Amino acid sequence: MKEKPLMAPLPIERDLRLDLFRGLALWLIFLDHIPSNAVSWITIRNYGFSDATEIFVFISGYTAAFVYGRAMQATGFIVATARVLKRAWQIYVAHIFLFAIYLAEIAYVASSFDNPLFTEEMGVLDFMKNPDVTILQAMLLKFKPVNMDVLPLYIVLLLWFSPILWLLLRSPSLGLLASAGLYTLMWQFEWNFAAYPSGNWVFNPYAWQLLFVFGAWCALGGAQRLARWINSPVLVGLAAAYLVFAFSIAMTWYFPRLGAFVPKFVGEAIYPIDKTNLDVLRILHFLSLAVITVWFVPRDWSLLKSRICWPAIVCGQNSLGVFCLGVFLSFAAHFVFTEVSNRVLTHVIVSIAGIAIMVGAAALISWYRIIERQGPGPRPPATKTGYAEGSA
Amino acid sequence: MTGRLASLLAVLVLATQVQAGPALADHAADCRLGELQIDRNFPLPQVARALAAKQLSILVIGAGSSLLPGTSGAANAYPARLQHALAEKLPGVEVKLATDVKAKHSAAEMVKSLAPALSSAKPALVIWQTGTVDAMQGIDQDQFSQALDKGINIARSAGADVVFINPQYSPRTESMIALGTYAENMRWVAVQKEVLLFDRFSIMKLWSDLGTFDFYSATKKLDIAESVHDCIGRLLAGLVIEAAKPSEPQAEGGR
Repeated sequence: MKEKPLMAPLPIERDLRLDLFRGLALWLIFLDHIPSNAVSWITIRNYGFSDATEIFVFISGYTAAFVYGRAMQATGFIVATARVLKRAWQIYVAHIFLFAIYLAEIAYVASSFDNPLFTEEMGVLDFMKNPDVTILQAMLLKFKPVNMDVLPLYIVLLLWFSPILWLLLRSPSLGLLASAGLYTLMWQFEWNFAAYPSGNWVFNPYAWQLLFVFGAWCALGGAQRLARWINSPVLVGLAAAYLVFAFSIAMTWYFPRLGAFVPKFVGEAIYPIDKTNLDVLRILHFLSLAVITVWFVPRDWSLLKSRICWPAIVCGQNSLGVFCLGVFLSFAAHFVFTEVSNRVLTHVIVSIAGIAIMVGAAALISWYRIIERQGPGPRPPATKTGYAEGSA
Repeated sequence: MTGRLASLLAVLVLATQVQAGPALADHAADCRLGELQIDRNFPLPQVARALAAKQLSILVIGAGSSLLPGTSGAANAYPARLQHALAEKLPGVEVKLATDVKAKHSAAEMVKSLAPALSSAKPALVIWQTGTVDAMQGIDQDQFSQALDKGINIARSAGADVVFINPQYSPRTESMIALGTYAENMRWVAVQKEVLLFDRFSIMKLWSDLGTFDFYSATKKLDIAESVHDCIGRLLAGLVIEAAKPSEPQAEGGR
C-alpha cells in the first residue's frame, strides 16, 4: 500500500494546547532545577516515570516540524535548512550565555565559601584552576554544568533535523521508522556523545531524538492518523491504568515500606529507569499522559483563550527565552536559599516569583515581536512563517 | 528522593519546637531525629555472628567526606566515632576498625584496593561511603553501578556484610554536583543486592531543615564538622546493632 505523501501540514491555526503545555513544562523544569526546592514536590516527575523534559522535547519537535515543515514546502530544502541552523546557532549562543552566568556563580562560591565538612565537595570548583580547558570544552558542548543539558540536546536535534524533516515530508512512516531504528541501535550498541571530563551526555541525543521526531511526525499529519486510536476508550483506559501503575511505583520511592508490596520480578523488570537513554517506560508514561490530556483537553477547549491559561501559553510561545531565563532563575533561587533564607515559605515565594518573572518576560518578548512586525524600520516586515522564531 | 516527604512532615511537626532556640551544647537529642531517615530493611548476618563471638571487625572504605582535616581529624571523623559508639553500646565486645579512605577516589578506584584491604582487616562488615566523587567527575552511570555491584560481591565473598553510605547534603554546592542519578543508582543497587543504605544525604537534609546544623555557614572552624561526624558515627552504630539483631521485624522497631 503506497503511502500518500502528506505534503501539506494543514494551514490551520496554531494549536494553543501545545503552547499551554510547553509553558507548563517550562515552569516545572524551573521548579525542578532549584536544588532541594520544597515546591518541586508538585511536579510530575514525583508521580510517575517521565518528567517535564519529555513534554518539552516532544512539543519542541512538534512545533519545529510545524514551522520549518511549512518553510521547507514554501521555500525549499536549502532555505529551510538555513533557518533551522540559524535557530540552532541562537540556542548555542543562549547556552554559552548561561554558561557565563554559571561561571560567575561558581567563582563567587569558590571565593566566599569554606567549610571543613565539605572539603571534598568543594573540589568541584577545581576546574576553575584551568579555565582554558574548561571553557573550550564548554564551547564544544562537552563540559556541561548541572542542569544545562537540555539546550545542547536541542542544538544537536536541530542540527540533524532538516534531513529528517525532508524524509518526514515525503514519507512520514519511513521518517518515524528511521528514528525508532536509531533509538534501537543506540540501545544495542550503547551509543552516546562523550562528555568532559568523563562520562557521557546526560540526555543522549541518539535516544531523545525519538521523542523529537515523534513530535514532528504528529505535527505533519500523524496526529490526525492517530486520532481514531487516541479517542478510543480502550486506549484511554490502558493509559490510565499505566499511569496508576507508575504512580504506585513512584510512591515506593517516598515510602520505602510500600516497596515490600512490589513483586521482585516487577522491580527487576523496571529498574533502573534510565533517563539518559530515554527508557521505554518513560516514553510509555509520557504517551499515556498525552492520551489522557488529549482526552480531557480538546483542541477548542474554552479555557485555552481565557486569562487563566494565558500565563502558561505566553511562556510556551516564547520557549527559548523563557527556558534560558528559567535556568538563570533557578541559579538565582538557589542563591537566595543559600544567602538569605532556606525556610519553606521562602521556597514558595521564590518559586512563585520566578514563574511570575518568566511570564512577565514572555509577555515582553511577545510585545517586542508585535512592534517589530508593525513598526517602520530598516527591517522588512516578517512573513507569516517568521512567526516561527519564537516557537520552534 | 526517599524521605523527602518524611523530612517535610518532620519539619512541619517539629518546626515550632525547634525554633524556640538553637541547641548549642548538646546535639545528641536532635541528632537522633536522623533515625527517621534510616531503614533497616536488610539483616547483617555476619555482624550478628561476630557479635555472638564478641569480636567485631569493621572496614570503612570511602573518600574525602569520610575524613576531617587537622591533627585530630582521624579521631573525630565518623569512622572513629562509630568505633567509639559501638564500644560504648556493646560492652564485652572487642570492636576493631580499619579504614581505607582516600580523598577524590571514585567507586571503581575503591574497588581496586578493596581486596588487599579485606585480606588484611578480615572484617565482618564493610561500610562503604561513595557517590560524591563519581558525581563530580560525571562517571558513567553503568560503570558506577557496576563498580558498586563488584565491590559488594568482593566483600561478600570475603565473608563481610556491606552497608552503603551515600553522599553528604552540601547545600552550597548543590547546584554544581548532580547527585541525583548517582544517589538513585546507589539506592537501586542497595535494594537489588539487599544491602543496607545509610542515607546520609536525607539525614543531613533533615538536620538542615530542622536547624540542627547550619550547613550554609562559611567557616574554617571544625566544631560543626566534628559534631556532624560524631552524630553520623552514633547513628551508624545504632543501625549496625539493630540490623544485626536476630529476627528484627522489618516494620518499625521500638526506639
